[in-house]
Amino acid sequence: MATSFFRESLISPRKPPVSRQGLRGWLHENLFSGPVNSLVTLLVGALAIYALVPVIEWALIKAQWVGDSRADCSGDGACWVYIETRLGSLIYGFYPEAQRWRVDIVFVLFVVLGIWLMVPAVPGKKVAALVGLLVFPVVAFFLLSGGFGLEHVPTRRWGGLMLTLVIASVGIVGSLPLGIVLALGRRSSMPLVRGVCVVFIEFWRGVPLITVLFMASVMFPLFVPEDFNIDKLLRALVGIMLFWSAYMAEVVRSGLQAIPSGQGEAGAALGLGYWQRMGLVVLPQALKLVIPGIVNTFIALFKDTTLVLIIGLFDFLALIKAGTSDSSWLGFAIEGFVFAALVYWIFCFGMSRYSQFIERRLYRGH
Amino acid sequence: MGSVQTTSSDIPMIELQRLNKWYGEFHVLRDIDLTVRKGERIVICGPSGSGKSTMIRCINHLEEHQAGDVIVNGITMTRDVKRVEQIRRHVGMVFQHFNLFPHLSVLDNCCLSPVWVKKTPRKKAVDTAMMYLERVKIADQAHKYPGQLSGGQQQRVAIARSLCMHPDVMLFDEPTSALDPEMIKEVLDVMIELAEEGMTMLCVTHEMGFARTVADRVIFMDEGQIIEENDPETFFNHPRSPRTRAFLGQILGH
Amino acid sequence: MLRPFDSLPRRGRGPLWRDPAARALVFQVLLLIGLASVIGLLVHNTLQNLDARGINTGFDFLDNRAGFSISQTLISYDGNSTYGRTFVIGLLNTLLVSALGIVAATIIGFTVGIARLSPNYLLAKLATVYVELFRNIPLLLQILFWYIAVIRSMPSPRQSLSLGDMVFLNGRGLFVPAPEPQTGFWFSVAALLAGSVAAMLMARHNRQRQSRTGRRLPMGWIIPALVLGLPVMVFLVSGSPLQWDVPALKGFNFSGGLTVLPELLALWIALSIYTAAFIAEIVRSGIQSVPKGQTEAARALSLPPRLTMNQVIIPQAMRVIIPQMTSQYLNLIKNSSLATAIGYPDLVAVFAGTTLNQVGQSVEIMAMTMAVYLVLSLLVSLLMNIYNARTALRER
Ligand SMILES: Nc1ncnc2c1ncn2[C@@H]1O[C@H](COP(=O)(O)OP(=O)(O)O)[C@@H](O)[C@H]1O
Ligand SMILES: [Mg+2]
Repeated sequence: MATSFFRESLISPRKPPVSRQGLRGWLHENLFSGPVNSLVTLLVGALAIYALVPVIEWALIKAQWVGDSRADCSGDGACWVYIETRLGSLIYGFYPEAQRWRVDIVFVLFVVLGIWLMVPAVPGKKVAALVGLLVFPVVAFFLLSGGFGLEHVPTRRWGGLMLTLVIASVGIVGSLPLGIVLALGRRSSMPLVRGVCVVFIEFWRGVPLITVLFMASVMFPLFVPEDFNIDKLLRALVGIMLFWSAYMAEVVRSGLQAIPSGQGEAGAALGLGYWQRMGLVVLPQALKLVIPGIVNTFIALFKDTTLVLIIGLFDFLALIKAGTSDSSWLGFAIEGFVFAALVYWIFCFGMSRYSQFIERRLYRGH
Repeated sequence: MGSVQTTSSDIPMIELQRLNKWYGEFHVLRDIDLTVRKGERIVICGPSGSGKSTMIRCINHLEEHQAGDVIVNGITMTRDVKRVEQIRRHVGMVFQHFNLFPHLSVLDNCCLSPVWVKKTPRKKAVDTAMMYLERVKIADQAHKYPGQLSGGQQQRVAIARSLCMHPDVMLFDEPTSALDPEMIKEVLDVMIELAEEGMTMLCVTHEMGFARTVADRVIFMDEGQIIEENDPETFFNHPRSPRTRAFLGQILGH
Repeated sequence: MLRPFDSLPRRGRGPLWRDPAARALVFQVLLLIGLASVIGLLVHNTLQNLDARGINTGFDFLDNRAGFSISQTLISYDGNSTYGRTFVIGLLNTLLVSALGIVAATIIGFTVGIARLSPNYLLAKLATVYVELFRNIPLLLQILFWYIAVIRSMPSPRQSLSLGDMVFLNGRGLFVPAPEPQTGFWFSVAALLAGSVAAMLMARHNRQRQSRTGRRLPMGWIIPALVLGLPVMVFLVSGSPLQWDVPALKGFNFSGGLTVLPELLALWIALSIYTAAFIAEIVRSGIQSVPKGQTEAARALSLPPRLTMNQVIIPQAMRVIIPQMTSQYLNLIKNSSLATAIGYPDLVAVFAGTTLNQVGQSVEIMAMTMAVYLVLSLLVSLLMNIYNARTALRER
């Protein structure tokens, strides 16, 4: 029954049929593979053109880019002059103009530190983290606030993008260490420690940030002795730090859970104490694993810095909002919000891309 | 293990005629010609990446070919969904990684397709399923979930699940490659039994003992083409192509 | 865990301060003392401050007359209502916008999430753009945009956008016809109930029928016919006993019909669009979490695409989707508190805002407000734990 067959010379590979190749193949595969697919392509394409063309026309082609007063904006395109004239206050808030160089220095330091921490190729991550957690905040504080011969600028004059970045950085720098402690506490074998941490974490995770900010502004003053006055910004910062430390704790905890218990046991077998085991063996691995989670929390924190406008701080968004009721520039709300959206979007999208990049790197490393 | 009696007839069950397939620019299947007659047992082997899986996946249209013909039970494969489903009813398939549905019990895995596709009354479908589960010696686990079974047990359930559709031909894609050694035998025993009952089978496997016992023909593939094809006796004892020899040398540890 | 080494002889333990059990005990005692003193100090300070400022304590204020007006009240409220009532009104408004938002976000989110998996390149890309655009812009910004730049910038009522002279949209809000049931309308409601019950019975009968004969009834038609068709029929036969109060322009504004406040509209749109971006991601990753082998096995068993989706993919994806989705719902409820920024009278705006300003009892009021969200969160996580326990895949 069995047929016998033997191929003397191999068949060499050939090119695929034309319809499968190049652009035509791609178009056929992805856009026009069947009647339904083709119809969807046409519909979505038409919708995209219909929606996109006016937007591009408004934002770019018909837009007014140069000028210095309202009168320059007469066309029906976007009036970017509106943004340009208030760019200074959007960035620095009410910071005295003569002192803005101090903010610039902090910005530059911030960017340098950010690159040092975030670009994998740059060495010395531990040093960078220490500088970022300990040195930079002190330097930045004195530069922004004054002291050592610099004129004092009270926090009520801080505002704009600068304030947004201050809140975001303090938020992350404060919430990460606290989050780590809480995460360790939640996994502790001591019932009281565990209980306190669970209650603390679940409390903050259960309430909206806005109620925390309200609490910070109306209840904190009640908690301290009468003649003791804490700064409004500081109160908000404490609230934000406590709130986000709970979310950070859950992120860190997920990392701790992913580390096999053998790691801790191996540390114990080597005679390391609890803090040595955690600090030298478990935490470094766990934190590396959850960098994407930390970055994602940071994105959420960054977006939520906008909430401080509700308790009367003038962050970037608050100034944009205030601009919509500026009587000499009425009618440019859309420009303001679009610009703000762009700024926030670039930052958040960039960070989320970074987090995906790190995730892929981690994935490869395992 | 004695040799299984040949029961094949002359009716062609599967015909692959000058089958060609490309992944992008990569020519995976080159001028494949193969006829499987009813009742015939064929073993396909070859180095990894030679296109074995791709070839048998073209038979039930899990992959689409671009040139040539696939004819199953006299029906020529096209893109037409109804026709593809019609062909798939006659063709059972067992995967390397079992692919049982983890959210359904063993019994429900077996009944899903008969009930929904063949419109079998559920009571009858359950009876059939229990019969096949009995045959693969796993009836006592019928109400467990796949995650609760060992790999070998899962693969036996997967075979029973395919059989519940009463297929005319069974395709096996390395059914024992993901199993621990002690479980390989329990699956092979089921497959041998199936062969003894006269099922038409097309197996991609490197279990050469199985090939010697069961196969009517052994096919060696490399670089997307059929290099050599012979009855097991000749294939193993007098391989003609140097590639086949090299491959057998590796796999049999000569 | 406090005394793990009880059975060891005392001599083997070394000095007391090296005994881990003793250390743990001491540490916890210190923690307890520390916590107690901090809390004690805070309470002490607070009481003193309250005393100094002449602010009352306790919940008696809830029975006092509120006397301020609220722009949207789902239950009756007037100048004589109490602060307790403002709490309920705020809570109801929070629940209203949350419910509306959850429905819309789920619909948009599922649509976008499935579109992201479409074989059509353009549609998939469009869905990706949606997700990446909206989840990376702060929600508050989106709320302010919809409120200030879009809805409040709409023309005056005289130049409203209108849909068939029934629905009107202008800077004062959205005006839609209000249904006014007449006598006899309740027959239709009864028919709806009857139809639903009948549909459930039919579904059961269908299962038994399949078991006997293998055939199924076309339930895709029967269920809508029973649940929707029957009430509609009864409605028509009983002489359409429902009238619509259509909003009409009177003077400078519309009267009659239902008014959706611009604040509610803006908040609803922004919450739905924002949350939908996250839900879309959850749906996409949930569906993609089902291994490819599952689809292949289903196809090899000749299951058609729709059955593969309904019987194999969706049941597995849902286990991943539902818990994450619930946490998005919770986020939406918490995020609805951003209402404060545009003056929609939700719980935070009314109670932790206006009421707190008038009464000054910030401790009680903040505690009540936060308790609402905490209770909701705990309730939902409880439900989720039950769900997870029930649907967990059974493994060895
Ligand atoms: N979906 C795919 N896209 C592109 N290349 C593929 C795909 N599936 C398989 N291949 C390639 O086709 C070749 C044949 O694969 P396969 O049929 O799985 O080989 P075998 O089963 O013989 O090991 C391999 O080189 C593999 O890399
Ligand atoms: Mg293979």
